[in-house]
Amino acid sequence: MSARKIPAPPASVENEDFWEACNEGRLMLPRCGDTGQFFWYPRKISPFTLSGNVEKVEAAGTGEIYSYSVMRRADPQYAIGYVRLDEGITMMTNFVDCDFDSLAVGMKVKLAFVEAEGGQKVPCFTPA
Amino acid sequence: MHTRGKAFIAGIFEHPTRKAVDKSVAQLHAESARGALEDAGLSIEDVDAYYCAGDAPGLGPLSMIEYMGLKNVRHMDATEVGGSSYVVHVGHAAQAIAAGKCKVALITLAGRPRADGMATGTAPRNYGDASPDVPFEFIYGPTVVNMYAMAARRHMHEFGTTSEQLAWIKVAASQHAQHNEHAMLRNVVTVDDVVNSPLIADPLHRLDCCVISDGGGAFVVVAPEVAASLERDCVKVLGCGEAPKNLMSGQVDLTFTGARWSGPQAFQEAGVAPGDIDYASIYDSFTITVLETIEDLGFCEKGKGGAFVSDGNLISGTGSLPFNTDGGGLCNNHPMNRGGLTKVLEAVRQLRGAAHPAVQVKDCRLALAHGTGGSLGTRMGSSTTILGRADA
Repeated sequence: MSARKIPAPPASVENEDFWEACNEGRLMLPRCGDTGQFFWYPRKISPFTLSGNVEKVEAAGTGEIYSYSVMRRADPQYAIGYVRLDEGITMMTNFVDCDFDSLAVGMKVKLAFVEAEGGQKVPCFTPA
Repeated sequence: MHTRGKAFIAGIFEHPTRKAVDKSVAQLHAESARGALEDAGLSIEDVDAYYCAGDAPGLGPLSMIEYMGLKNVRHMDATEVGGSSYVVHVGHAAQAIAAGKCKVALITLAGRPRADGMATGTAPRNYGDASPDVPFEFIYGPTVVNMYAMAARRHMHEFGTTSEQLAWIKVAASQHAQHNEHAMLRNVVTVDDVVNSPLIADPLHRLDCCVISDGGGAFVVVAPEVAASLERDCVKVLGCGEAPKNLMSGQVDLTFTGARWSGPQAFQEAGVAPGDIDYASIYDSFTITVLETIEDLGFCEKGKGGAFVSDGNLISGTGSLPFNTDGGGLCNNHPMNRGGLTKVLEAVRQLRGAAHPAVQVKDCRLALAHGTGGSLGTRMGSSTTILGRADA
């Protein structure tokens, strides 16, 4: 069974640099420059202070599964989930290159970039 | 300013259709409006406020007020927070009436996702590419079902909740729906039926999901002096609350809903406690929606919802918290994938003593209606209203 093809992320002037870094194999996490807190999803405005003082920090690329669900009704099936990164924020993702029946809450996972339709690399995760 | 007792629900109507191939969305709205006004004993000339949400076609109030020929509107509200909108509208209408902005507020909902062949629960969908979350979520295939499934999975992980416990919620809804001639699913189901139905997005099975239906509904909120002039049995609005809940900048917690905040607002305004509630309409897009909401509203301790809903505790006549006695979204209908409005309707029926005799709560004096919009898996709206009999 072939894997589900990930659609191209919609373009936004706000996030061009995020996706360029992904194409270079780096997941850049947004961090509020005023408070030092990481946040998700990426944006150019801090959700803690509403300022434009937002830094980018490369993720270690490791974390654990917060929750997940395998879309059994889809063909091909796919696994969507949330990963709690070691940096302390939780992001939506897909789990790839794994037996979906082996997934579990709390499982250690690592970053794996997957090419979406059109060639953009997007951050996914696979068991560590 | 509080709104306790300053507005009444005077008329309700639930459109009987569940598949409307021969009617437009605007037509369903108008037929629902007509039904609710007739139920109240009011006419379109009496309507001076109109409320609708994102299911209304065109420019919402502007389009529908024209279509229905409402000539005397001086207050409008198009608050769009998904399926929770219509319970929000109860509160906003009560506030507007208490502030003297209007006296007769009409609220409508309608849609036809079945007739239009919409893949409601299993196709990834979003609210437009300009929505800032979309690039970071939509690519991963979020559907209505797998988002709620992730909430269920996490609740199971943290609190030991089981699929069998979730199934009891569907069982209770089906026990009620057997008495509703309009319900889409009238067969009584068992826990085994639910957990043995096909997995859609694990851990949620087909029977953990609500129905997909066309239809609509409407209700009329009026000022006390209007209620006093009507022959109809009017229901008093005692308290309302609304709250957004989201992914909290990455501090994700899918084990609770915005009911944690909307509930206490409503209870405080009404001056009552969860233990005082005789009947509850709880938004039931999925079994997990009900379970988390019941906990958040304070009917039981957080994490104990599984035990609370088990063994028929939600079934009218035998359980301690009779819920969704029309069969709810799980069995009756879920017009336009939005169940908030029908939650208000069954609460009003219960307080009037007009629910089906087999599910009517004896001496029902206080009822709660709760709406949920958006997704438990991402961002959602929660709205709670507490209603009472006229002498409450």
